[in-house]
Amino acid sequence: MKKSAKNRLELTGIYLIVLFVFAVIAYPLLWTLSISFNPGTSLFSSSIIPDVWSLKHYQWLFSDPSSDYLLWYKNTLLVASVTSVASVIIVAFVGFAFSRYEFVGRKYGIYSFLLLQMFPVLMGMVAIYLLLNVVGLLDSLWGLVIIYIGGGLPMNAFLVKGYLDTIPRDLDESAKMDGAGHFRIFFQILTPLAKPILAVVALFNFMSPFMDFLLPRIVLRDPEKFTLALGLYNFINDQFSNNFTRFAAGAILIAVPIAVVFLFLQRYLISGLAEGATKG
Amino acid sequence: MKTETDDRRVAAANPHQPILSVILSVIPGLGQLYNRRYIKGALFLVFFFGAVGLLYEFMDIGFWGLFTLGTLPMVDDSRSLLVQGLISVMLLAFMIAFYIFNLIDAYRDGEKLKMGFRIPSMKQAFQETWDRGFPYYMVLPALFMLVFVVILPLLFMICLAFTNYNLYNLPPAKLLDWVGLDNFVALFKQEVWRRSLLNVLSWTIVWTFAATTLQIAVAMFLAVLVNDPRVKFKRTIRTVFILPWAVPSFVTILIFAAMFNDDFGAINRELLAPLGMHVPWMSDPFWAKITLILIQVWLGFPFVFALFSGVLQSISRDWYEAADVDGGSRWSKFRHITLPHVLYATAPLLIMQYAGNFNNFNIIYLFNEGGPPVRNQSAGGTDILISWVYKLTFDNNNYKMAAAISIIMGLIVAVFAFFQFTRSRSFREEKLY
Repeated sequence: MKKSAKNRLELTGIYLIVLFVFAVIAYPLLWTLSISFNPGTSLFSSSIIPDVWSLKHYQWLFSDPSSDYLLWYKNTLLVASVTSVASVIIVAFVGFAFSRYEFVGRKYGIYSFLLLQMFPVLMGMVAIYLLLNVVGLLDSLWGLVIIYIGGGLPMNAFLVKGYLDTIPRDLDESAKMDGAGHFRIFFQILTPLAKPILAVVALFNFMSPFMDFLLPRIVLRDPEKFTLALGLYNFINDQFSNNFTRFAAGAILIAVPIAVVFLFLQRYLISGLAEGATKG
Repeated sequence: MKTETDDRRVAAANPHQPILSVILSVIPGLGQLYNRRYIKGALFLVFFFGAVGLLYEFMDIGFWGLFTLGTLPMVDDSRSLLVQGLISVMLLAFMIAFYIFNLIDAYRDGEKLKMGFRIPSMKQAFQETWDRGFPYYMVLPALFMLVFVVILPLLFMICLAFTNYNLYNLPPAKLLDWVGLDNFVALFKQEVWRRSLLNVLSWTIVWTFAATTLQIAVAMFLAVLVNDPRVKFKRTIRTVFILPWAVPSFVTILIFAAMFNDDFGAINRELLAPLGMHVPWMSDPFWAKITLILIQVWLGFPFVFALFSGVLQSISRDWYEAADVDGGSRWSKFRHITLPHVLYATAPLLIMQYAGNFNNFNIIYLFNEGGPPVRNQSAGGTDILISWVYKLTFDNNNYKMAAAISIIMGLIVAVFAFFQFTRSRSFREEKLY
């Protein structure tokens, strides 16, 4: 009897803590949602429970002539698609080579990938800015694409290599016996089996341009070339409190699809990271 | 017995000198021709003279530029010359690698010829090159990208730290000069720089350890709590807990920045006003730091939580049952079973978390741009190294100092990397990979 009372007390405690964390997580998110439905544009006049619920900020984003939202969406989609396709191809090749071949420099190659993974592209931002200037790729979406592909390479390569390591070697070795060439093994045997991880790499590379604002800020100058994150940041950077509701609306439209995709995919990312990190 | 005499006869009939082929290969291709690998030899010759012919001028200017950084203001752009110089260095390294490969290749083929191996047909030779070189071809595109996007910028940045590139000395109007260690000396000797560096560095370290450790501790606590067998709706709880990770962080940070705004933020207006409190979340350095750490815990715990939850589910029940038989307390079970398992399995990723927060530019910059400003200091009150570098670069155009500080950052990251290496090596030895 006494034990079950203690049991119940503990369980209640656990649920109370869980509820508290729920509230802490939900508060800012719900707050943003309701701000985006406020009719006014300034932060000061808006409240967490609007007197009038209005969709006018969402309409403004899509229909107002002074809103570049759709243009930014298009830019971001372009950057995201190219980055994602190119990354998958390059990274799949690297993962294949590191996972399946013994060659001079392999070990140091893996070490240097591990090392470069810790140095963010950002650390060389002085140089990237000046270099892009020298080659004329400043204020260009292509410059952005190139940096995204290169910067994500080490980590993505690890994800793919880790996954390929888990696919038994017997498969490709028996294919080799039967006279299959390198590319045949790669495209017809390993690629189909590695589809899940390749899909994850594709999706994460697709999503990162939607979430990153710093690199676009360094690279892009012309508002017509902005990506979504940078454009939204400038909404509130220009006149902080005056555009906040529009920012909230625009942010919700990015955050909801990304969050949904993410929740579906996170377990792949977690297992991929764990594999890559422990097997090196 | 028979084969041995065969070998001797072939060797006698083949007075081929592998050493001679190496000596001839001083000019790549000649040794290969001597080895009667005509096509390979021709290719090597063409490649060698082509590379030298095409790149000589480029590399000549490159090396000259690297040493002098240009001599005519307005005509020579020191930055382009520096880039050309660095590319030349990398090309030279590549050429040396090719040259060494050429010598080894000549020796090997010569040796084979002497042993009496038959010269492979063109198809065989091609097949062999394809097979041996295949992994390199696969890595090549990635290597190319890495060299230009990651390695070249890093080298360029290292070089800038030893020049006098700042607002008052901007190419192409002016030329850059090598100044040796002057920038580092200024950083450690001049009062303003020294104080800024000391303050920023100490806050960066406090920030990295406080924010990351707290986020790991919270994640651990919640993961163990939710993993309790009596708790229902585990999937739902876990999904909600991962939510902050799923929402793009630049959005949430900007939202927090608005909520913590001193005057019209929701925290002061809606939560604290009824209690008669008003906290200067952004304008006071101390509160700004506390707020940043709290926000980072909110943002960062879900990832670690998800990791830990995965590991917790994979720990065998037997361990705990054995502990129950021995009458272990709940704390000792956590201390001796759960904690070692979880930390052992996730250590490399946790180190990455520390490294990530060390370089966590987004939160510092988006919250209040590293503010509030501090008197007599070139960095704001909550600036960490990376956001300070950003400001020096884009607000003050003080490239030389930004580069010097970046190098210091790089050295610190190298320490993280060292831990990472030792960790992954221990894993490797454990599993006899």
